[in-house]
Amino acid sequence: MNHHEAAESLVLVRAGARGEHEWLALLGRLVRRRTALFGLAVVLLVVVGAIVAPLISPFDPLEQDLVHRLRAPGWQDASGRVHLLGTDHLGRDILARVIYGSRIALLVGCAAVAISGALGMAIGLVSGYFGGWVDDVFMRLADIQLAFPFILLAIAVIGVLGPSLWNIIVVIGVSSWVIYARIVRGEVLSLREREFVQAAIALGSGDGRVLVRHVLPNAFTPWLVVATLDMARVIVVESALSFLGLGVQPPTPTWGGMLADGRVYLSTAWWLATFPGLAILITVLGINLFGDGLRDTLDPRLKV
Amino acid sequence: MNTFLIRRFLQSLLVLLGVSAVVFFILHLTGDPTLLLLPPDATAEEITRFRQVMGFNDPVVVQYLRFLKGAVQGNFGESLRHGEPALDLVIERMPATFELTAAALAIALCLAIPSGIVSAVKRNTLVDYVSTVVALLGQSMPTFWLGIMLILVFSVRFHLLPSSGRGDLAHLILPAITLGLFTTARITRLTRSGMLEVLGQDYIRTARAKGVSEPPVVWKHALKNAAIPIVTIVGIELGTLLGGAVITETIFAWPGVGRLSVQAIYNRDFPLVQAAVFLLAATFVAVNLLVDVIYTYLDPRIRFR
Repeated sequence: MNHHEAAESLVLVRAGARGEHEWLALLGRLVRRRTALFGLAVVLLVVVGAIVAPLISPFDPLEQDLVHRLRAPGWQDASGRVHLLGTDHLGRDILARVIYGSRIALLVGCAAVAISGALGMAIGLVSGYFGGWVDDVFMRLADIQLAFPFILLAIAVIGVLGPSLWNIIVVIGVSSWVIYARIVRGEVLSLREREFVQAAIALGSGDGRVLVRHVLPNAFTPWLVVATLDMARVIVVESALSFLGLGVQPPTPTWGGMLADGRVYLSTAWWLATFPGLAILITVLGINLFGDGLRDTLDPRLKV
Repeated sequence: MNTFLIRRFLQSLLVLLGVSAVVFFILHLTGDPTLLLLPPDATAEEITRFRQVMGFNDPVVVQYLRFLKGAVQGNFGESLRHGEPALDLVIERMPATFELTAAALAIALCLAIPSGIVSAVKRNTLVDYVSTVVALLGQSMPTFWLGIMLILVFSVRFHLLPSSGRGDLAHLILPAITLGLFTTARITRLTRSGMLEVLGQDYIRTARAKGVSEPPVVWKHALKNAAIPIVTIVGIELGTLLGGAVITETIFAWPGVGRLSVQAIYNRDFPLVQAAVFLLAATFVAVNLLVDVIYTYLDPRIRFR
């Protein structure tokens, strides 16, 4: 640690981001909120289910059995194996496909949120810290982004580029940065005036250092809340694209794709469309409950 | 006040310019749009001729300016599939989308504002819990699944309501509920938290202390101030609704712009896609400008910023 950094850390020792103890205390408060805890439990269950899918799945999600198509939930095959949620129009086990479908949903959710979150964080930091024309340009870009019916933009771009896992992640990621940028920018605007940031600037820290060491850690909390709640939205969007046939292509099981298949058999086999939708609902509900709790614990004034 | 509105108007124009650029460049994402626009079995000669006719050999900037010139005059080119001007096709479908969106918004406002208020006033009672849980479910439910489930129950099982098409009021009910539920949930939660905040303020306590009875305190004194964020979110939610209409129209075979554009994308009819996306975005921008005008009347402080 050189002289400059030593002086800086003296000034900043209490003003910086939350320390480890504070995070633990926050975790404690979060756990005491029963609904948030319930949400977290649901999310963990889905995540663990996705990771260990091959271990818990009763069947191979791609294994077709054309003789035993559209069997109702609870149907037992000749060897005594039970299809708890029934079979689909190709005789595939629905439970297995619902379990494996979570993999695509979570993968797209995490990857797209990582892209848009990083993009929004960077834009928000720069926009709020430097202000002026930089800020004007980014905020007009945000207005333009918001003016598009998001799903239509995604459909149009994927319609041109072609559907693939990577294209979906990029399209959702690149077009979802606005909310992050706005929240981070708002934080930065007030952080910029605070003593510890002014002190860091006065001590001669460069803009990059001030932003990364002092502003970013303090803008992280609201960002985290937004990211959590946005994950829920992204999972719904991924399902919607898959539902329209623009998501990850068959035979890979996706919840949206299963719904689209099930829609055709609505009058004869209700379980095809019902269970994948329930899976989306439960996952998204879990994330929303957890995100609400996170917001109430970390930053109750946040309007998201 | 005028400078604020003039500035907002100029900003809106700038946004539309940006929208037009994005709409134009979507077609150029893969480089040469010729292959996207022509059927896969086109001969090399046809491709060359098409490129010449469409002006794809010019620099991209020249092409964009030409597109912009056309867009300003309402000319987005002809639909490749229907052979009619793309803009006319979109405008023809606009009323259906507006009808659906307006119905959904009406449902949302009629349900959300009263239940948000009651929820706030009767905080931590059974009514509050039920309303909160319903709002949470509504916010977590994917639109397309809700639509399918409604069809399953009301059309397939009980034959109460039609599952597709546009016509009388019965045709409107299921799609409007499907489209409106998410917005209902959002506005309910916003109304509840807004009312809770306002009801805790000094001027409300003063009004109560001076003997104003409870209903006017809630419906007149408190609601007036709680309404400000609701007006803002209605403008933003309209974007959600127009986007959601794309999915809802597809499920219920509702003949609006959303379904038209999804079909246009499947048919690779890109002039039609451009016209539809541009018009939907323009609608959103116009409504938000309108919201800002209303806003300056509700909250006079904003005029002086």
